[in-house]
Amino acid sequence: MLNVNNLKVAYGESTVISDLSFDVKKGETVAIMGRNGMGKTTLMKSIIGVLKSRSGTITVDGTEVAGADSHRRVASGIAFVPQGRQVFSTLSVEENIRAGQETVKDRRKVPDNIYALFPVLHEMRRRKAGNLSGGQQQQLAIARALVSQPKVLLLDEPTEGIQPSIIKDIAKTLNEIKKVYDLSIVVSEQVLSFTLDIADRLYVIESGRLIHEDDRASVDEAKIAKYLSV
Amino acid sequence: MHTTLAFLSIFEGYTGEEVRSIFVMQSFSGLSLFAVFLLMALGLAIIFGQMKVINMAHGEFLTIGAYTTVFMSDLVEKSVPSALPWYFPVAVVAAFFVAGAVGFVVEVGMIRFLYKRPLDTLLATFGLSMILQQVFRLIFGAREDSAVMPDWLMGSWALTEITEIPINGMFLLGTAIGVTGLVYLLMYRSRWGLRVRATVQNREMAGAVGINTKMTDRWTFALGCGIAGVAGAVFTTIGSVSPSAGQLYIVDTFLVVVFGGAGSLIGTIASAFAIAQSQSILEFFLDGVLAKVFILLTIVGILMIRPQGLVVSKIRR
Repeated sequence: MLNVNNLKVAYGESTVISDLSFDVKKGETVAIMGRNGMGKTTLMKSIIGVLKSRSGTITVDGTEVAGADSHRRVASGIAFVPQGRQVFSTLSVEENIRAGQETVKDRRKVPDNIYALFPVLHEMRRRKAGNLSGGQQQQLAIARALVSQPKVLLLDEPTEGIQPSIIKDIAKTLNEIKKVYDLSIVVSEQVLSFTLDIADRLYVIESGRLIHEDDRASVDEAKIAKYLSV
Repeated sequence: MHTTLAFLSIFEGYTGEEVRSIFVMQSFSGLSLFAVFLLMALGLAIIFGQMKVINMAHGEFLTIGAYTTVFMSDLVEKSVPSALPWYFPVAVVAAFFVAGAVGFVVEVGMIRFLYKRPLDTLLATFGLSMILQQVFRLIFGAREDSAVMPDWLMGSWALTEITEIPINGMFLLGTAIGVTGLVYLLMYRSRWGLRVRATVQNREMAGAVGINTKMTDRWTFALGCGIAGVAGAVFTTIGSVSPSAGQLYIVDTFLVVVFGGAGSLIGTIASAFAIAQSQSILEFFLDGVLAKVFILLTIVGILMIRPQGLVVSKIRR
């Protein structure tokens, strides 16, 4: 469903991601794990197109998107939940969700299943998004991504800055989304317990390269934990 | 106390009733000025407030609108004189589209290369303003032109024996209120407005949820210029047009936008009203230049205490 091949991303002279390849099958959830500064966010941003890659290919369901503007990538079926949520804080909750409907045909109203999945967003639909709590903003950012009817959902460190009790809820919601929407998920994370709750497969990223791959069934937790410790 | 007395002394030599009627008439002439300021500032508030582009050529888009009206008036006078009473509303709409189309071309040809470089846009649009003025001079000549006004726009309405309200001023005001209403609906009730507001707030993220931010910029710039064109069209009801007509208003317009708080519709309206009214009333008693100095000093003072302008949206970011 998503195929990244020989990706290279650089800021000016300094290369952040080099020769990185991985693929995600339909309905599969893949986690990219790594410490801060290892290139997780850069990878996510270059898949959605906020950052342009230097070389390599990115295909979504067979469509090549590397080089395209991000709005075109969204139209091809990628959706992005960024680090720090980045909801449109001066817009209402409902307007935030509607902003995510840009690339779909029927955008007269917010789909009922979104509010069924996130009842709190329905309650707060007229509030400014900037006045929501971190956990509520995370739900909003996920809802905003889902309404574009993606084939691949990217989540960049969804647990960052969220209370531990809410992290469990996010994992539960993501598993529910997987069931209902049958989509592929790529999530970047540092929290192993959360990752094991949702991922089918996981990679470890270090200095812009994928250095380790594991299936959830056979995962060596101690080894992953070692990669994640400073 | 002393200054207050000195200030009050400007009313000397007028009876109470005269002062009242002067105030009423000047307020109404202030309302006409408010309408021009508002129409000019709306376009600029959209362009500067939303896109952070300092468009020094904004005044020239007013001139484009005004010349479009003059051109249509000449055309109708020569070919279908019977349509003269009704051509004006059509000319206002035409002015919107002509100025908007020129704005669209300017965005594609120039502005889009200069986003994130406000000082360069300032210089480039200043150059554009000089080029456009020269183009007007070449096409329409250096002398002042004016459009034929339909009879229904002429004359005035006598409120009392010594207080008269000019009809063209009322028309100007009506147009300004109408256009402001339309802009409000566009910004807060339409998909296009949602795109603009999302893009202004977080350009990267707007793109990442599927909004075509480049096209949003293009149409936003064109709309801002189109509104300036409408200002130009209705401007012909109160004055004649010359190639440099837009220059007269550009400083005031920036003043309105900055004082109102960039990006705030309500702030722009309040600021246009306050500046136009103070200018109009002070102008009668002092002279034009002194009135301007007084207003400028007041605004500088207020902006020193409140640099963000009159209205800012309060939100946790």
